[in-house]
Amino acid sequence: MAKLCGRSTYRMERPPVVLSFAAVGGSKESQGPLADRFDYLSQDDLFGADSWEKAETKMQRLALKTAMNKGGLKKGDLNVLFAGDLLNQCTGSSYGLREFMIPFLGVYGACSTMSESLLMASVFVDSGLAKRAGAITSSHFCSAERQYRFPLEYGSVRPPTAQWTATASGAVILGETGPFPRVEVRHVCAGVIEDPGITDANNMGAAMAPAAACVLKRYFQESATAPSDYDHIFTGDLGEVGSKLLYELLQRDHIDISDRHQDCGLILFDQQRQDVHAGGSGCGCSASVLCCHILPEMLAGRYKDVILAATGALLSPTMVQQGDTIPGISHLVHLHFAEKEGD
Amino acid sequence: MEKHMPKPDEYQRMVKEASRGSKSYKTVPLAFLVGGAICAAGEGLRKLYLMAGLSPDWATAMVSVSLIAASALLTGLGVYDNIAKVGGAGTLVPITGFANAVVSPALEFRSEGMILGTGSKLFVIAGPVIAYGLAASWVYGFIFWLINR
Amino acid sequence: MDFLKAFVIGGLICAVGQLLIDYTKLTPARILVSYVVAGVILGGFGLYQPVIEFAGAGATVPLTGFGALLAKGVRKAVTELGLIGIFSGGLTAAAAGVTAAVVFGLIVALVFKPKSK
Repeated sequence: MAKLCGRSTYRMERPPVVLSFAAVGGSKESQGPLADRFDYLSQDDLFGADSWEKAETKMQRLALKTAMNKGGLKKGDLNVLFAGDLLNQCTGSSYGLREFMIPFLGVYGACSTMSESLLMASVFVDSGLAKRAGAITSSHFCSAERQYRFPLEYGSVRPPTAQWTATASGAVILGETGPFPRVEVRHVCAGVIEDPGITDANNMGAAMAPAAACVLKRYFQESATAPSDYDHIFTGDLGEVGSKLLYELLQRDHIDISDRHQDCGLILFDQQRQDVHAGGSGCGCSASVLCCHILPEMLAGRYKDVILAATGALLSPTMVQQGDTIPGISHLVHLHFAEKEGD
Repeated sequence: MEKHMPKPDEYQRMVKEASRGSKSYKTVPLAFLVGGAICAAGEGLRKLYLMAGLSPDWATAMVSVSLIAASALLTGLGVYDNIAKVGGAGTLVPITGFANAVVSPALEFRSEGMILGTGSKLFVIAGPVIAYGLAASWVYGFIFWLINR
Repeated sequence: MDFLKAFVIGGLICAVGQLLIDYTKLTPARILVSYVVAGVILGGFGLYQPVIEFAGAGATVPLTGFGALLAKGVRKAVTELGLIGIFSGGLTAAAAGVTAAVVFGLIVALVFKPKSK
């Protein structure tokens, strides 16, 4: 059973092991810096479907299927799936994963969904409620645009602070045990909803930075660790503006992470070349960076301890139109690379 | 918010500082050039229609119709939004921008069917322009009638 | 010369729109509504007609021209029909533009597909 430290940091007693993972991406991702690390890239953003929503469900299905194949797992091997996405009713997950016939628990954490679902999968595996559990999420630029913003062909002007929703999906399967060398989940920390009063839906980084700062700060305190205990700290999709704000917010508590911090939104795309303004975003952003970059790098022994704090803007277009603000959230996962028993 | 976190107005200041604004020295001249070019093209069409013998009012109306058709075609081909990336308000303010605002949802919501998708979403962006334009003209008409009774 | 006038005046009207986008919190939809309403008001006061005479399409193509057209239409209808003209003048004047946008919109929706960006 995971042990509670402080308010909401859970230390794993039997750290769940990353058994397998996979990332799927679209055409823009295939031109990005991580292109050769994806398991599957489609030049056709429709993925052969006839609508963007159906494309997203296909993407999520593909991500889980690929992760299961890579790990040599069958449908019956998984006890539970935690999955969600950005669409209303979490369409991508519920429609995408229906054919697997695996017990399904839908989650919504906006772009923080990857760390939220990993958190829950970890707790389930650690406590013995699941022998193997999956964490899956996705986002699709086109389906997100039409739900949150404008039709694709509408000539709207994006301000420089806007971010680009990634067309990507990531799936991670955790298990009770696995062969060494392996990546384990050591700690997870559930975040609080922080609302800094941002109303501009084109500046999500600013809406999410306080949530990321708070969860990091609290985690360091509750786990009695410091940034220097980690080789790398990844945030979800703060982008350029949010990352800058995160440093400033942490500086107030004399915490400096700038030498080991990277933002998934700034890794997935080439900001100069790819016209993504302040960086990438979307559930699929941190999910695919986790599966294309963080986990492979850890397994190659380049990082030992890594923090992933995916960040989400819990934005509702309806509420923003009603004049309300954009709440932010961030959940944290501490991953550890274990080369051998007792490492 | 937890302690050490900035107060809301202080955070707004931090955000403003961290966010770079649009580069107006670039966007405004581009809007001028692109918008001006669309209007100049309209002027060319107007001259053609006048030469063809249309009355000035009809020539003006046909200029609108022609530009709307051109914008609809460019929207369908997926080009208009790329021009808009450069032109900004230069593509928004002319009648072509209005056409783009009608045609793009018509195209986008096709996946929900011609009736409930395309048909009902046609004016999802341009609706307010028609609604408030008509309302303003109605108010103006009433005032005009009162004065000239 | 007429081309230059149309270019400069049309360009200026658009440049003002860009300044509103860059320096105010106004969304594009609000800017368009303001433009149309401004056109109705300017047209109503008779201030827009001189601009049209000077710049031609440079004044009629931007949405302010659409507003001025609505004002002109309603004025004509009220003069000819009396009070009931306020119900027909605006839409009559806007008929060609609105119908064109609707019909071409439907055709495009039937023929094309939205492209991924």
